[in-house]
Amino acid sequence: MKEVELNTTTINFGPQHPAAHGVLRLVVELEGEVVQRAEPHIGLLHRGTEKLIEYKTYLQAVPYFDRLDYVSPMCQEHAFALATENLLGINVPERAKYIRVIFAEITRILNHLLNIPAYAADIGAVTPFLWCFEEREKLLEFHEAVSGARFHAAYFRPGGVHQDMPEGMEEKLFDHFKTLPKFIDDLESLLTNNRILRQRSVDIGIISKLEAIEWGCSGPVLRSTGVAWDLRRSQPYDAYDQVDFEVPVGKKGDCFDRYLVRIEEMRQSISIINQCLNKIKPGPISIEDNKITPPKRNQMKKSMEALIHHFKLFTEGYRVPAGQVYSAVEAPKGEFGVYLVSDGSSKPYRCKIRAPGFAHLQTLDHLSKGHLMADIAAILGSLDIVFGEIDR
Amino acid sequence: MIKILTKIDGINNVLENNNLLEIEFEKKNIIKIFNELRDNTELNFNQLLDITAVDYPSREFRFDLIYILQSLTKNKKIILKTFIKENENIESIINIHKSADWYERECYDLFGIEFINHPDLRRIMTDYNFEGYPLRKDFPLTGHTEVRYDDLEKKVIYEPVKLTQEFRNFDSESPWEGMENKLFGDEKSTGEN
Repeated sequence: MKEVELNTTTINFGPQHPAAHGVLRLVVELEGEVVQRAEPHIGLLHRGTEKLIEYKTYLQAVPYFDRLDYVSPMCQEHAFALATENLLGINVPERAKYIRVIFAEITRILNHLLNIPAYAADIGAVTPFLWCFEEREKLLEFHEAVSGARFHAAYFRPGGVHQDMPEGMEEKLFDHFKTLPKFIDDLESLLTNNRILRQRSVDIGIISKLEAIEWGCSGPVLRSTGVAWDLRRSQPYDAYDQVDFEVPVGKKGDCFDRYLVRIEEMRQSISIINQCLNKIKPGPISIEDNKITPPKRNQMKKSMEALIHHFKLFTEGYRVPAGQVYSAVEAPKGEFGVYLVSDGSSKPYRCKIRAPGFAHLQTLDHLSKGHLMADIAAILGSLDIVFGEIDR
Repeated sequence: MIKILTKIDGINNVLENNNLLEIEFEKKNIIKIFNELRDNTELNFNQLLDITAVDYPSREFRFDLIYILQSLTKNKKIILKTFIKENENIESIINIHKSADWYERECYDLFGIEFINHPDLRRIMTDYNFEGYPLRKDFPLTGHTEVRYDDLEKKVIYEPVKLTQEFRNFDSESPWEGMENKLFGDEKSTGEN
């Protein structure tokens, strides 16, 4: 019998590693410093969100969505709100649609403002991290102003949004987004032509068009390969059909393209927000059906009916007609979908969450084959992995 | 598109519901159907978005197995559904859609549905050495075991769940909604006489 000598080393990356972006355990098989196989072990942050939602009313399920991808909370509530509204057969008022788009885009900027510097930090640049966190803090103040919370907002609710923007908010947003493009330029001047960043990301982790589609990639990962696919454009929801924006695409599908796509997406988001601020008009922010959205507080002080509605809404919740629906939004990381099955009661019978990161992490083995061990950190960072949504 | 879909062998029912097609198919034809859906240029469902299941413990065919497909060229999404029994298995579609790998593993992990010819059908979400299938309706929300660090043994140990307070599932659905508003003797006033 012929003996074969295997000259590979198997190492364990994570679950506690700063470049793992959370709790990823990666078993890497190396030949010298070249990766032969990378096998992710996930589920270390599995909290059983889908099971928990089956025991909660539709309204109580909303906060779970903030805690999935905890750096882009509002986009996920958006998917759930759309799914529930679809089953209920309701249409939210115009102002609510614009508010949702504005905040979904703020969330997108927030997400990219974390991902880009985190990615840069993984491959050696520390300054952008500090810069972006300051900028994120300013944007989080807007989150706080409308919902009272910086991250776990529970702001997009089935039927509209929780409350109207405070007075003067439109002007504040308008002023803020006048200054933000300058910041993105500054950020780019630090990174885009930086020699180290280019050395570490150009031609690293290339994925082709066809592979990206086959592997179920979406969002910036799919667009970086040159597929101009954006759910905001192809299957518009809320007010996205009222705004004009461009879908940036890459050419090669490497880490650098994914970085560039994200930078450009932030600029487009600013343009979308500005258009929305010009178009938004005063009006109701949620449907005026107290069987689904709670009555106003001052009404509750006077009207018995309103008080009963409030009580029933927050104990029993509302009943959703039996049926199934799949609603997806273009979350900052890709297509975030909710598959919802209702049996006619006030609790979802089944709620499956389609997380973009789950599909992206699956490609890691394919992307890292033949690269150096150090490139795994770069690839992971460029895929925009957050374990809250992958492990659910 | 509906016409082409209904012609495919093994597809039973096509329903259109707000820009979303819901299709029921027979599980023995799965490979043929998925190949056809991907390769037919009129359909071109080239991206598998998700695989999941829904558990109905009281039915003979216990699980609804759901496949969500998307066509990037036709800009269309479809939900494919098939019914399987508790101890039945189904052919893996990993050779048609690569992304099925983890989706099928997840489905196996959480529902216990086995996929034949999957190269690496292991648990993915739950802990190493986990027992049971958490998303089945007969699996308790609290689970069966809990972990804690034991200071004497100097390691993390598993023990049966001990709740300081019994798990409470409030049934807050109002008793009067849907009740017929009928009083004793009403039948006399609406009868023929």
